Amino acid sequence: MTADLTSPLAGWTDRLAALAPALTVSEVPFRSQLTVRVSDPGAVAAMGSALGVVFPSVPCTFTAGEGEFGAVEVLWLGPDEFLVVAAPGLQVPIEEVLRGALGDFRGSVVDTSAQRTTLALEGPHVRDVLAHGCSVDLHPAAAPVGVCVQTLLARTGIVLLVTGEDRVMLLVRSSFAEYLAAWLSDACAEYRAVA
Amino acid sequence: MTFRTSTGGAIDRNTLLHFTFNGQKLSGHPGDTLASALLANGVHEIGSSVKLGRPRGVVAAGSEDPTSLVQIEAPFSEPMLLATTVELYDGLEARGLAGQGRLAALPDPARYDAKHEHCDVLVVGAGPAGLVAALTAARSGARVVLVDEQNQAGGALLGVEEYLDDRPSAEWVADIVAELKSTPGVLVLERTTAFGMYQDGFVLALQKRTDHLGFAAPATVARQRVWRIRTKQTVLATGAHERPVVFADNDRPGIMLASSARTFLHRYGVLPGSRAVVFTTNDSAYCAAIDLAESGVDIALIADARPEAPARLATECAARGIEVRAGQLVTGTEGTSRVTVVHVGGEKIECDTLLVSGGWNPVVSLFSQARGKLRYDAELGAFVPGEELSTVRVAGSATGELDLNACTRQGRDAGAAAAGAAGFASGGQVPLPVSDSRCTARSGLVLWRVPGDEDASFVDLQRDATVSDVLRATGAGLRSLEHIKRYTTIGTAHDQGKTSGMIAAGIVAEALGVELEDQRPTTFRPPYTSVSFAALAGRDRGELHDPVRVTAIHPWHVAHGALFENVGQWKRPWYYPQPGEDLHTAVLRECRATRESVGMMDGSTLGKIDVQGRDAGKFLDMLYTNMMSNLKVGKIRYGVMCGVDGMVIDDGTVIRVGEQRYLVTTTTGNAAKILDWMEEWLQTEWPHLDVHCASVTEHWVTIPLVGPKSRAVLGEVAPDLDVSNEAFEFMTWHDTVVAGVPARVCRISFSGELAYEINVTAWHGLAVWEALMAAGEKYGITPYGTETMHVLRAEKGYPIIGQETDATVTPQDLGMSWAVSKKKPDFIGKRSFARAENNRTDRKQLVGLLPVDPEVLLPEGSQIVETDRLPEPPVRMLGHVTSSYPSAALGRTFALALVRSGHERIGETLYVPVEDTLVPVTVTESVLYDKEGARRDG
Amino acid sequence: MQLIPCPWCGPREEAEFHYGGQAHVAYPEDPSALTDEEWAQYVFFRDNPSGPFAERWSHSAGCRRWFNAVRDTRSHDLLAVYRAGEPMPEVAS
Repeated sequence: MTADLTSPLAGWTDRLAALAPALTVSEVPFRSQLTVRVSDPGAVAAMGSALGVVFPSVPCTFTAGEGEFGAVEVLWLGPDEFLVVAAPGLQVPIEEVLRGALGDFRGSVVDTSAQRTTLALEGPHVRDVLAHGCSVDLHPAAAPVGVCVQTLLARTGIVLLVTGEDRVMLLVRSSFAEYLAAWLSDACAEYRAVA
Repeated sequence: MTFRTSTGGAIDRNTLLHFTFNGQKLSGHPGDTLASALLANGVHEIGSSVKLGRPRGVVAAGSEDPTSLVQIEAPFSEPMLLATTVELYDGLEARGLAGQGRLAALPDPARYDAKHEHCDVLVVGAGPAGLVAALTAARSGARVVLVDEQNQAGGALLGVEEYLDDRPSAEWVADIVAELKSTPGVLVLERTTAFGMYQDGFVLALQKRTDHLGFAAPATVARQRVWRIRTKQTVLATGAHERPVVFADNDRPGIMLASSARTFLHRYGVLPGSRAVVFTTNDSAYCAAIDLAESGVDIALIADARPEAPARLATECAARGIEVRAGQLVTGTEGTSRVTVVHVGGEKIECDTLLVSGGWNPVVSLFSQARGKLRYDAELGAFVPGEELSTVRVAGSATGELDLNACTRQGRDAGAAAAGAAGFASGGQVPLPVSDSRCTARSGLVLWRVPGDEDASFVDLQRDATVSDVLRATGAGLRSLEHIKRYTTIGTAHDQGKTSGMIAAGIVAEALGVELEDQRPTTFRPPYTSVSFAALAGRDRGELHDPVRVTAIHPWHVAHGALFENVGQWKRPWYYPQPGEDLHTAVLRECRATRESVGMMDGSTLGKIDVQGRDAGKFLDMLYTNMMSNLKVGKIRYGVMCGVDGMVIDDGTVIRVGEQRYLVTTTTGNAAKILDWMEEWLQTEWPHLDVHCASVTEHWVTIPLVGPKSRAVLGEVAPDLDVSNEAFEFMTWHDTVVAGVPARVCRISFSGELAYEINVTAWHGLAVWEALMAAGEKYGITPYGTETMHVLRAEKGYPIIGQETDATVTPQDLGMSWAVSKKKPDFIGKRSFARAENNRTDRKQLVGLLPVDPEVLLPEGSQIVETDRLPEPPVRMLGHVTSSYPSAALGRTFALALVRSGHERIGETLYVPVEDTLVPVTVTESVLYDKEGARRDG
Repeated sequence: MQLIPCPWCGPREEAEFHYGGQAHVAYPEDPSALTDEEWAQYVFFRDNPSGPFAERWSHSAGCRRWFNAVRDTRSHDLLAVYRAGEPMPEVAS
């Protein structure tokens, strides 16, 4: 099936790989992503137990867990808005399960899997490189592991997840993905030279 | 002849750097600035003044210098740099300027970037006060950033030869810098000028990272960087600038600030000349005189404007054979390219150098930018910080304090207070050094100018603005310094009046007979020093200037030779020229193929919003002018949205996906705006509604398949779908499988032809597009771009939001009363339709225009007039052409237009001025092709 | 670049926000019951004070929530932020 699939950064694989050792960058394509709007605490809890993850209660954070659908991350996007992220190909059954958990409560579940793509960034310079275009303080003390901010990187919107001391995931709207890749490549130039 | 001393200075005498100035080959040493190297070679005349063409030299040693403007010619042409701030490198080529530079004709190959930095305490200035402040804050554990304009820390200490705690001050500086650099959480930025201070602790600083490397600058390293610093607390230790005194012919090369001459001596090992006159109002120039005398300069005399010379310093001068004349003024000078004679008390004294000190101006630019109020200090003769700010502290000579021991104490207090305010407890006291300095500038006399030829008494040397100009301004009735600044241009040059602004204020106050205490100083504005546009642009250049948004099918468009049109940030295929085709012929071909067989386009940029919830129908009924709640599941309806003023803001289709779920499409350019609009109403007006919206614009790829053969093509790729007209009606949709991929197919037409819109996830878009191309090959399937789309819809009279509309057009103006519900009690915009203005019969309305000559293409935007001859102006305009194309289907040109009372004018002949002629056009209904709608079902 | 404290995400640069004009101007209960004059007041007229002003902002590049802020129009200082639906807090001007 994936033979027919083309990811937004399919043409960038080599160029992103070439950014090492400044930064290890790769696209993580085709992940299942569902935009969930829900505010009833019971429904939030039900969704969480259905997926094996506790939904984040603190703004600008994400949580991770494992259940029926394997590893699942839930990103806080707003006071009643979450993005559920799982491995590729699971969007249909997850949507069904989430709808079931929502029941008659107010809310919505939308498959937005192809709306954004994901970039995984790793390396000792990761926070430095991003600081060239991101106004949010990325110092480890201010942005520890578990932080998930929606903000601007240079001239595009991103969702930024701090997944490790030297690891960050960026979610970007598919149409902006090539711009982001080009920007990252340019911002890495100096770090490649000195690495 | 060389003016280099035999020892001293922070230069590497063992290395020669060769450079060219005004074509002359010269040399200097690492550690030199271009200015110090020129002075070492005896070159004082740098350029000439902007208006009068008078020779100009070097007045100051740093960024406050008003005159030493040069153009760098190599390695890369760069205008309007100060010789005093250009670090010398091998191969440098420069030229003196006549006040104005020249932009490079070639693109700048260097890289520029920006970086965000966050800290608890920002210290601006690495002089003695700033160093102590930074170290105090750093020892508390705070995140500290220290920025300094120079290539090495030390500030004023760099220009003197003094001892701190009985050892050279450079050693004390080096120890502090070493501790700062080894403290985690501390960032020391050299060659970095904080040039702008804004709200909420936001400071912009320009770092010159590789300028000084010249030809050796690595191409991968950004040459300059704008640091975007966000700080909780700031300590401004920005120092003070010496100012001159104004007198007749005070602008000749060789006339220099006394402390700057001292800096050239101690920092660069350069003597300003052979024989110098010193003119001062305060003590500090005595130290310059003594130091220079000890280095071999013949000090002709010190003219001290004060009635009495300071006893101790006068004694020291006497011991060195330096004559001191108290109560004496310099009244004029002689010389052409260099001062040769100075007039003192009626006597003409020969010399090649005149050193001047008129006191000190604290550097309060950033403090003023931070909205700190300034106060006039009458003893100092300068504006000083006049209040304490909660997040900005000032320390050192920037406060007006000129005693070194007091300055470092202020630095320690400010550093501790800033760290404390940022939440950090003291980390131990930094010991304060004891200075042996024998000169301070207090007890000076405030003297702005010496009476003399006012036309030759220069206040702003760069602007060629004189005392006469100031008096002309006050004579004309101007009283505010802000107005006088603009009238005279004083303080508006590259130096922003660092040395001239205070003097201008003083002369104005004297002329007006007012106290400076009552004068409001001019507002300091960023940037403190010049910043190039390249640095401000950073990496937002070329392909990164603005994001280019592309669809999933974009690579195919590129591979098939599409030319692109920018629609917002999107790149959309404009047309696909075949060999030899221009826009006109390609579009005629694309239109014909689509109307006669089948065409296909990439419609993925359309905005798509998922609307869910029990009240979704109710909500859409409020948003659209027509009814959406009664749309049946499986059906599609076209809708128009208005603002509360009743003007059209967007249009699109609404698909009812389920009982509680709709999919709404918006125009490409308005996708984000309409989602925001929906959220605004839901969150702020109707939070009780059970509705949620989500953007799915980029989740889906949308491919309109258009033309009489579209049914056959679709049938081949969607074997499960009954594509017959009976089973798949116009304005309905079906979920099916297209080319092996789950798809939603809608029967929608934006061309009047039989058409389908195929939606698949973006990941599948490219594969499905290629499958459709393959299936349509036998029908000559033709990809078309936005231009053909525009022609096809215009032939049907369909408006484009933003082209036919401009926020002053109602649905009724567009002839769309049919899309405005009469049944709904309310919707956004409804009430405005009843306003008198909305019911005027002479509103501009959408009509078609057929030029009488079917070959004539009206330029879009053309005005429309009533008569075949232009009357005397003002000519009444009836409206304008909104769209205009040649049409394959109509066999002629046509246009759409907004015309006053247009609907009543159908059949009339109007005129469109095109260059020198009036083109006659016939007004028609806006629908020009297939008025009966016969082609819709194929 | 001013910081605007989003009630959800905390202080962010103003570039992440959209301005929404005066706050607490409710959509009229029944627009058809209004005179042209009253309707025009709602559509076209807004206050323009020198001093504290309650206005609407959206954290458009962040959590996309609309909220209200009291801004001193003389200094641009934000005196208070509060969530949509909450009453305007007392501020010292």
